[in-house]
Amino acid sequence: MKKLVIAFVMAALPVLAQAAGDGVHLDEAPVNLRDQASLQRGAQLFVNYCLSCHSAQFLRYNRMGEDLGISDEQLKANMMFGTDKVGDTMTIAMPPKAAKVWFGNPPPDLSVIARARGADWLYTYLRTFYVDEAKPFGVNNAVFPDVGMPHVLWELQGMQKAVMHTTTTEDGTSHTAIVGYELVKPGTMAPAEYDAAVGDLVNFLVYMGEPTQLKRQELGVKVLIFLAFFFVLAYLLKKEYWKDIH
Amino acid sequence: MSTMKKFMAWVDERYPATQVWEEHLSKYYAPKNFNFWYYFGSLALLVLVMQILTGVWLAMSYKPDATLAFASVEYIMRDVDWGWLIRYMHSTGASAFFIVIYLHMFRGLIYGSYRKPRELLWIIGVIIYLAMMATAFFGYLLPWGQMSFWGAQVIVNLFAAVPFVGEELSVWVRGDYVISDVTLNRFFAFHFLLPFILAALVFVHIVALHKVGSNNPDGIEIKKNKDENGIPRDGIPFHPYYTVKDIVGVVGFLMIFSAILFFAPEMGGYFLEGPNFEPANPLKTPPHIAPVWYFTPFYAMLRAIPPMFGSQFPGVVVMFGAIAVLFVLPWLDRSPVKSIRYKGPLFKIAIAIFVVSFVVLGWLGVQSSTPTKTLLAQIFTALYFAFFFLMPWYSKIDKTKPVPERVTE
Repeated sequence: MKKLVIAFVMAALPVLAQAAGDGVHLDEAPVNLRDQASLQRGAQLFVNYCLSCHSAQFLRYNRMGEDLGISDEQLKANMMFGTDKVGDTMTIAMPPKAAKVWFGNPPPDLSVIARARGADWLYTYLRTFYVDEAKPFGVNNAVFPDVGMPHVLWELQGMQKAVMHTTTTEDGTSHTAIVGYELVKPGTMAPAEYDAAVGDLVNFLVYMGEPTQLKRQELGVKVLIFLAFFFVLAYLLKKEYWKDIH
Repeated sequence: MSTMKKFMAWVDERYPATQVWEEHLSKYYAPKNFNFWYYFGSLALLVLVMQILTGVWLAMSYKPDATLAFASVEYIMRDVDWGWLIRYMHSTGASAFFIVIYLHMFRGLIYGSYRKPRELLWIIGVIIYLAMMATAFFGYLLPWGQMSFWGAQVIVNLFAAVPFVGEELSVWVRGDYVISDVTLNRFFAFHFLLPFILAALVFVHIVALHKVGSNNPDGIEIKKNKDENGIPRDGIPFHPYYTVKDIVGVVGFLMIFSAILFFAPEMGGYFLEGPNFEPANPLKTPPHIAPVWYFTPFYAMLRAIPPMFGSQFPGVVVMFGAIAVLFVLPWLDRSPVKSIRYKGPLFKIAIAIFVVSFVVLGWLGVQSSTPTKTLLAQIFTALYFAFFFLMPWYSKIDKTKPVPERVTE
């Protein structure tokens, strides 16, 4: 019986395995929510570079301060440019209608972007802008082709050109893919430094997607320990009652 | 007489409290040989209660308004005290409910719990399953993310495939020409109402169960063998024996449930889908629309059937037919025995093919379709229905083993 099922599944596997499209390879983001220094650096980058076009309207400044170990005074002095109320959420002044004219689409709110896109996607996205003169802002992106966003972090990364490689298959269709990047204008950061900075920024975006993550996991450990204990008691109780049933 | 006894006597003269307690718990005799599969009935009840309670508390902060809904969910996740826990209990609970119910139905399938005299019990169960699917469908629109919106758009459009009245019917269901604020409001109303109807149906299900008595892994009627006091020899009182046993099941379930809730509430994008963290945008169709995992087997069937005479209606018929066929199951099985334990190889092969078909269809339903996958979906849809339509034949000619007089361990 079991053999039959296994044989059946094995026969179906090759067909099932076929497909699963090969998109652009995503690099693994160095996410570590316990690294508070990294989160603070990420928050700094976020308020300096992202938070003028993108909002984070579900995150309050003082919630971030509390979770990341930043005092209200430090928040006001270094991170708040549009408001002085620490209980406010991270909104922006740019009117969506004007944004639509400027960028083609209003820049999305980033509160839960890490949950929508995934950390690896964001980490790759922010590191794969390349020169493309055909585009309005002179750049294109490997994981988000024809994106409306300019390369905001170019000062840090510099500008890079994509090294394209075209392969032609037997049936004559050609396929062009990016195989590497070439720095044409250096930025203020060395490549490894830039990767680390984007890593911090993505780490922060992951925190922002769900600020309760660490608390959730801590509570989970306690709940599971309690349930494991309860399970033993429940099992012994059942055994005690059932000892006369034959 | 003690005070407590006096009090109960006073109550019993006015309300049959003791009688109900005895008939349904302390003197309801259940077969003593229930195994692992018999946990899922009580677990389903537990999850239903949990969904209703967490749902009511979510409704206290949720706003059924197209401009506010998405933000109100994030408000619950961030600003409401313990809101994240209640929301995750509800979202994980939705998937858990379907897992538990699918296992509960599978139990009925392998031990023949739908056979005479339990036909109505089974049919009420199928109605509960339908009500549950409707509740889940309405609820999935409420977070107002991209998948909520476009999933509802695809499913409501199915009504448009109904011949002649389809167009008007789909507008009537939506209350608009597209999924909109009006749709969200009415879906919220139905999502709040249906669970109470579900609870009433569960009550009817249990009344039916206690009339005919529980089946068991041997498929033997324990009422046929009673002692001098009229108590089934293989029966034990539900309380305390099965209440203490079900506590073990409940705690075991809660451990798995909590592991998911606290450490992987998105469950790799299957319980909470990534695109649903983008607010609904009627102007931007996502590249790939797939329902939540528990609907995907039926969605795969829908896509497997090609349009005929320029209409999607045949696909819709097949999809609903896949559930409708469950209603006639009690009359399709012609085997002299109920349980898989005494059924022959034909039934075992059939049920294995059925399970594989259901799982593969579920997997196909989350994939974007390609010619190969459409072909696979067609093959497995055919196999799904073959399990039912060929049953009168294979269950009759199948070799069976003799059924023992008394239940086995």
